[in-house]
Amino acid sequence: MDFRSYLQSHIVYLDGGMGTLLQAAGLPAGESPMLWNLTHPEVITELQRQYFDAGSNVVSTNTFGANLLHFSKEELQKIIPAAIDCARAARDSSSGAQQKFIALDLGPSGRLLEPFGDYDFEEAVQCFAESIRIGVAYGVDLVFLETVNDCYETKAMLLAAKENCDLPVMVSNAYSEDGKLMTGASPAAMVAMLEGMGADAIGVNCSLGPKALRPIVEQYLEHASIPVLFKPNAGLPHVTDGRTVFDVAPEEFSDEVASLVEKGVRLAGGCCGTTPEYIRQVVEKTTAMAPVPVLPKNETVVSSYADAVIFGQAPVLIGERINPTGKKRFKQALVENDIGYILNEGLKQQEKGVHILDVNVGLPEIDEAALLETAVKELQAVISLPLQIDTADTAAMERALRRYNGKAMINSVNGKQAVMEQIFPLVKKYGGVVVALTLDEEGIPATAEKRVAIARRILETAAKYGIDKKDLVFDTLAMTISADQQAGQATLEALHRIRTELGCHTSLGVSNISFGLPSRDAVNGVFFAMALTNGLSAAIMNPNSLEMMKTYHAYCALRGLDENCLKYLAFAPQLAAAAPAASAPAAPVSAAEAGASGLQNAVVKGLREEAATLAQAQLDASVAPLDVVQKELIPALDIVGRNFEAKKVFLPQLLMSAEAAKAAFEKLKAYMVQHPEQAEGNSKGDFVLATVHGDIHDIGKNIVRLLLENYGFRVWDLGKDVPAETIVAATVEHHAPLVGLSALMTTTVPAMEETIRQLRVSAPWAKVVVGGAVLTQDYADRIGADHYAKDAMETVRYAIQAGEGNGNFLKGNVDTIP
Amino acid sequence: MSLVVQRRILELPPVDQREVLRYAQASGLDELALLERLEEVCQEAAPLIVGRVCLVESPLRLNGDEVSFEGLSVRSANLGKALGGCSSAVLFGATIGLGLDRLIAKYGRISPLKALFCQALGAERIEALCDGFCAQLAREKLPQGLRARPRFSPGYGDCPLDFQKSLFLILDAPHQIGLSLNGSLLMSPTKSVTAIVGLEKLETSW
Repeated sequence: MDFRSYLQSHIVYLDGGMGTLLQAAGLPAGESPMLWNLTHPEVITELQRQYFDAGSNVVSTNTFGANLLHFSKEELQKIIPAAIDCARAARDSSSGAQQKFIALDLGPSGRLLEPFGDYDFEEAVQCFAESIRIGVAYGVDLVFLETVNDCYETKAMLLAAKENCDLPVMVSNAYSEDGKLMTGASPAAMVAMLEGMGADAIGVNCSLGPKALRPIVEQYLEHASIPVLFKPNAGLPHVTDGRTVFDVAPEEFSDEVASLVEKGVRLAGGCCGTTPEYIRQVVEKTTAMAPVPVLPKNETVVSSYADAVIFGQAPVLIGERINPTGKKRFKQALVENDIGYILNEGLKQQEKGVHILDVNVGLPEIDEAALLETAVKELQAVISLPLQIDTADTAAMERALRRYNGKAMINSVNGKQAVMEQIFPLVKKYGGVVVALTLDEEGIPATAEKRVAIARRILETAAKYGIDKKDLVFDTLAMTISADQQAGQATLEALHRIRTELGCHTSLGVSNISFGLPSRDAVNGVFFAMALTNGLSAAIMNPNSLEMMKTYHAYCALRGLDENCLKYLAFAPQLAAAAPAASAPAAPVSAAEAGASGLQNAVVKGLREEAATLAQAQLDASVAPLDVVQKELIPALDIVGRNFEAKKVFLPQLLMSAEAAKAAFEKLKAYMVQHPEQAEGNSKGDFVLATVHGDIHDIGKNIVRLLLENYGFRVWDLGKDVPAETIVAATVEHHAPLVGLSALMTTTVPAMEETIRQLRVSAPWAKVVVGGAVLTQDYADRIGADHYAKDAMETVRYAIQAGEGNGNFLKGNVDTIP
Repeated sequence: MSLVVQRRILELPPVDQREVLRYAQASGLDELALLERLEEVCQEAAPLIVGRVCLVESPLRLNGDEVSFEGLSVRSANLGKALGGCSSAVLFGATIGLGLDRLIAKYGRISPLKALFCQALGAERIEALCDGFCAQLAREKLPQGLRARPRFSPGYGDCPLDFQKSLFLILDAPHQIGLSLNGSLLMSPTKSVTAIVGLEKLETSW
């Protein structure tokens, strides 16, 4: 019987800890256990035989760290087959009469993936793929990915398995004392992602004893529609008389595990400190139990690296603001690759209380696939909300889904056969909840009846791809009532029928309903309420709309979804605050009030809101944006900069002023997007900036960027850990006269030197300024930099001087530099 | 004999604002608006910081510049001197976790001022964690007749940063406390420390 069939009708017994036994058998500290497959195969076989004798159905190969980070490909080609031979010999020599399987065992890489580590996601996939190909070719029954404490690496490992074999894959994560993975994922988030990607069994191993892990396993049992595995430690280790002892004995261990098998765990074993005796007792105490059936939970769930959002409780709000449609400033940010602007849009929506962020960066003039991938990576680095990936470009969708850290929402599929054929394979491979629009080749049907019929067809097609209805959310398409007054009714009726007749969740882009009407918010808010009472599960909406948020909070309170109305009470002050503003709009600041000294003062004092308001007031009073920069912002920054250099103000004060200036700049940028003729001559020139390869520190570099931008330079910030080739390419592309490089560690200074060397060859015109904690004038000279800047202000001074020293050196208007 | 890796979660003392300001290159800063921003950062960061330590205790052998622990050794005169007279040592890795790195990344994009404060706060917190752990260790060892020496980290003096590689293997740090070493020997999370504490037998003079 193959493993999948066996698992369907049996409790499966796994093995116990290998590392502890190997140490007891004489493996010295610091020596790789994997080498023992070659040097001491009889020891490995004997230990594994004992597990089979104790009743284990599955024994894992001794290959936990057998990957390309620790061994060469040639070494792996020896180690992995030798390990499988050991396990086969154990299976063949065991007296146990049970079904026996051999699992190719792989643990994590030990490296942290980007962006917080330096290990590239695709590199990780390839690292595990190599081991899996070797093991599968030699012959195993299943793959076991275990003890992974990072969501992203788990995804890389499962992807490597799925792309390289059709064998069953078990995935097990190691949780910390706080009930989460080390990088923050909750059990519900892991269940959503792993189940979505098609793991055969998922669960929990290592870290702690069975009692401490119990609440985590219970969450798996609550959410998972696939078998759950459990392989805890024998408690925690300590040393007694020079021997390692674990604090949970076999009796207590097996009692705990047995009680969880009774609750539904379908695969049970042990990890560190568990000997064959632990497994024998688990088998003995559970062998008479009937396996608890694994029931579908029908939960529609999306997840991020940290949390899961479950549909069907309170309505789910999907923030729509990361989208260039109709937003000139956003378009400009996309064209300029201004990721900070996109992140800010995401963070603002998170503060307003949305649960998911829609991400759409589609513009004809940009490489959407590349930018979407970047946006997803950047957003998921700092925002814990799940993302809804929104693109009509299938290639872009796949790139974004692949790099997404969790189970994404996918926007969208529809009833067109060709679209379903493109999207459903992606949903199946990467997991995801897909928004299904009820339209097809004929367009959007006018009647609810026909929209429901399309929904049925989409469901049937999805099923052929193995996609369950819980992973589809139907959008019955809000059309404007200004064109057809029956449009709202058709949408609501279709919504209601899909929710009740088909039992599927629903979503709407609510604001479309009022297109072409004045005071759209009034219509949107009421339509949102009507849709909610008709069974709307999620809304793609603008969280800055007070009407929408009002409807949401009031609805939750009225439907008993807001305990003690606490969320409504927290929201209500926003309503009160908005009220007087509506009745008495603030008087515009006069040109006189917005006088030069006012704005300068605000920047010097670091008052962000005031600086933004006063900059806007100057623009409103027809002051040219360039004059605002030259006569207000730069003189103000100069005052602060001089005081900083004279040690009269501290770095935080300099930054506070710089942030105030940036807030003012943001107003100027928005203005210049509307009045492009006034943007002429605004840039002082291009400046390419990066933290060099191997270095992941970027605070100093970000401070330099902020100040350079304040002084009017166009900064191409390439980020951190940037290869020399990328820096050279950007310098050449923009023909940038200035390049700034940062390094914090002595170990990364060679990367800086290499970057400079390559710049001299391919971009000989560029002046290179270097900085960072370990840099000194001496170092800078030795690696051939043009200038060493001890702090951010000095970088700015150098950039300006470099411009003055060479009339045409900088693009833009150098006369304006103070 | 095998080495057993132990893992601890430590409660951290209250934030020492003066230390944070010192790390932010702003000792003596008293501008209220800035101190408020610092307080905001501290409050936002507080739930994201968990002090984790993993450690092994190993016998120690000194032979010239060669310092040998169970399963690993390193050539460093400075480390040898720091451990002179000790019969064993505790090797440890400590981290305050990835939460603060995420916060630094977030503010790096939208507020370098807050990023600077996060950075400074992280520096203060990891030092507080190491100090707290070493004090705890000293208290535990004293009744066993052992005095804990000041901690010594790879990279100090002539002790090669490369030593981190074998140290990480022995400590099982990625798995135990989520602390990993990247290709250029930087640690992730960034606010982390590895170090060695020598244990010296106390003379019993009574």
